[in-house]
Amino acid sequence: MVSTASEIKLSVKDLSIRYGDHVALEGASFDVRENEIFGIIGPANSGKTSFIRAINRMDEMTPGMEVHGSIEFNGKAVESWRNLYALRSRIGVVFPLPVGLPMSIFENVAFAAKLRGVKGKDALGEVVERCLRRAALWDEVKDRLDSLGSLLSGGQQQRLTIARALSQEPELLLLDEFSIAVDPVTTMRIEEVLKELKQEMTIVLVTNLTQQAQRLADRTAFFLEGQVVEVGETKAMFKGQTKDPRTTHYIEGRFG
Amino acid sequence: MTNETEDPVASAARLVSGGDRVADSAPGDQGGNQGGALFTATTLDRKNARTERGYHSLFLLMSIVLILPVVAILGLLIVRGGPAFSWEFFTEAPRAQFTEGGIFPALVGTLWLVVVALLASVPLGVAAAIYLSEYAKDNALTRLINLAIINLAGVPSIVHALFGLGAFVLFFDFGTSILAASLTLAIMTLPVVIVSTRETLQAVPQSFRMACWSLGATRWQTIRKVVLPNSVSGILTGVILEVSRTVGETAPVMFTGAVLFTPFLPQGVLDETMAMSLHLYMIATVIPDVPPEVPYGVALSLILMVLVLNSASIGFRVYLRGKKKW
Repeated sequence: MVSTASEIKLSVKDLSIRYGDHVALEGASFDVRENEIFGIIGPANSGKTSFIRAINRMDEMTPGMEVHGSIEFNGKAVESWRNLYALRSRIGVVFPLPVGLPMSIFENVAFAAKLRGVKGKDALGEVVERCLRRAALWDEVKDRLDSLGSLLSGGQQQRLTIARALSQEPELLLLDEFSIAVDPVTTMRIEEVLKELKQEMTIVLVTNLTQQAQRLADRTAFFLEGQVVEVGETKAMFKGQTKDPRTTHYIEGRFG
Repeated sequence: MTNETEDPVASAARLVSGGDRVADSAPGDQGGNQGGALFTATTLDRKNARTERGYHSLFLLMSIVLILPVVAILGLLIVRGGPAFSWEFFTEAPRAQFTEGGIFPALVGTLWLVVVALLASVPLGVAAAIYLSEYAKDNALTRLINLAIINLAGVPSIVHALFGLGAFVLFFDFGTSILAASLTLAIMTLPVVIVSTRETLQAVPQSFRMACWSLGATRWQTIRKVVLPNSVSGILTGVILEVSRTVGETAPVMFTGAVLFTPFLPQGVLDETMAMSLHLYMIATVIPDVPPEVPYGVALSLILMVLVLNSASIGFRVYLRGKKKW
C-alpha cells in the first residue's frame, strides 16, 4: 500500500528513548496514517508508554528522559515545535489510570475549551454535553455536572478523561491502555465510540489486550523489549501472516 | 462437621490468621459461629497484639509528655498574669515608669509588625516556592538555592537583627521603623514560608500536572487552576508558623524598629513603635519596681495574641480544607 505524504499523520524515524542507562525504545521507525487506528501491542516494559510520552513531548516534563531521532507530526518534527502547549493541545491523551482533575465534572471537560478561548456558559455547556455524550457518560452524569469528577467510579472517571481528551478536539488521540480500569461492558461502548471517532482523528491505541487491537486497529505494531518487532495490517497479522515468529507467538499467547 | 474434616481447615485457618488477627478476640467472633473452634490465636498473634499495644501506649505517652509543658506554661501564666488583666491594661499606654497603665501601644505595634512582615514575606516566599517546586530543574543552581534557604533558616535571630540594622535601617535609610523591623522579620521567616509551601505544592499528585499539561495547559495555567487551589491550606500552615514566630521575636525588632516607650501610636510604616516582645523583655529584666503580675500579664497577652491571629488562619484553613477536592 502506497501512501502519500499528506496521509501520514505521524512519521517516526529512528526513534530512541532512554532514561539514564535504561533503554526504553531503540531504533523505532514507522508511520501512522491519517484517520486510522494504529494499535501498539507488546508486553510490559517494551517502550509503549515511553513512545506515547515522546509524541506529546512529555520528555520535557519527565526528569531523566532523553529522546533521540525524530517524530514528525503533520510533517513537522515534534522536537522543533517551539510552542509545546500548541502541540499538546492538538493531541489528546488518555492515561492508563483515570485522572479526574480536582474540579467538577463540568470544569473537567470545559477546561481544554477554556484554554482554547471558548467563553460563556452556553458555549462551554455545549462542548461539555457533546464530549460527555461521545464518551458514553452523559446519561449517567447529566444531573450532577457540578459534583466532583474524582467522586465518580473508576470506569466513569476513565470515560470522563476520554471526554476531556475529546474536548480538545484533537487531531491525534493517544490511548494508553485505557481499559485497565474499565469494566468490559464500558470498554465495548468506548470501543464503538473509537470506531466512529476514526472519521475525524487519528488514534494511537496502546493496549495490553491483543484482542482489543484485533477488534479496533487498522494496523498494529508489536513492541518487544524496546524494539519494534514489526508493523503490519492487523487482519493479516492475526491471520498469522507475520514477518517475525515472535509476533505470532505473542498474539497466540505463547509468551508475554 | 466431623473432626476429621475440620482438622485440615483449622490448621489452614491458623496459617492464614497469622498476621492480621488480634490475639484476644474470642474464638468464633469472626465469620459466625459455625467455625467456633476454627480461629484460635497463635503465639505470633498474641505477640503482634502485645507489640501493637506497646507502641500504642508509647506514642500516647509521648503526646502527653509534649502537651504537659504547654499546659504548665499556660497555667502558670493564667494564675500569675491573670490578676494584671483589666480593661485599662489593654486600652492604655504605660504610666509611672511602667508600673501602671497598660500595653495598648505595644499591642498595636506588634500587629503592625506582623502584618507588614506578612505582606513582604508571603508573596515573596510563595513565589519562590512555586519556582522551586514547579519550574526549577534539578541542577546545581536549584540545589544551591535550596541550601541557601536551609542556611537562612539556621541563622540566629540576633544575626538577622544586625543584618536588618545594616541593610534596612542604615543602607536603605528606613531609619528605625516598622518597615525596617518588619522586613528583618520577613527575611528571618522566609525559609519557613518557602519550605512549607514547597512541601505542600509537591504533595499535589504529579498525575494532575501530567493530565493538565497534556491538555495543552502551560505551567502557569496548571499552577493557577490545579496546583494552587489544592495547596492553599498547606500554605496557610506556613503562614501560621510565621505569625507565631514573628510575634515573639525580640532581637530583630530591638535594633530595627521597636522602642522601649513612645506615647504615640504608629501612623505609618516609617514610624517607630512599641512591641510586645521588647516590652516584655524590658519590664521583666531592666525596669525596676514593676508589679510582679504585669510581666506575666504581658506574656499571657502575647500568647493570646498568637492564638487569636492563628485561629483566624486556622479557621480559614479548615474552611478551605473542606473544599479540598481529592
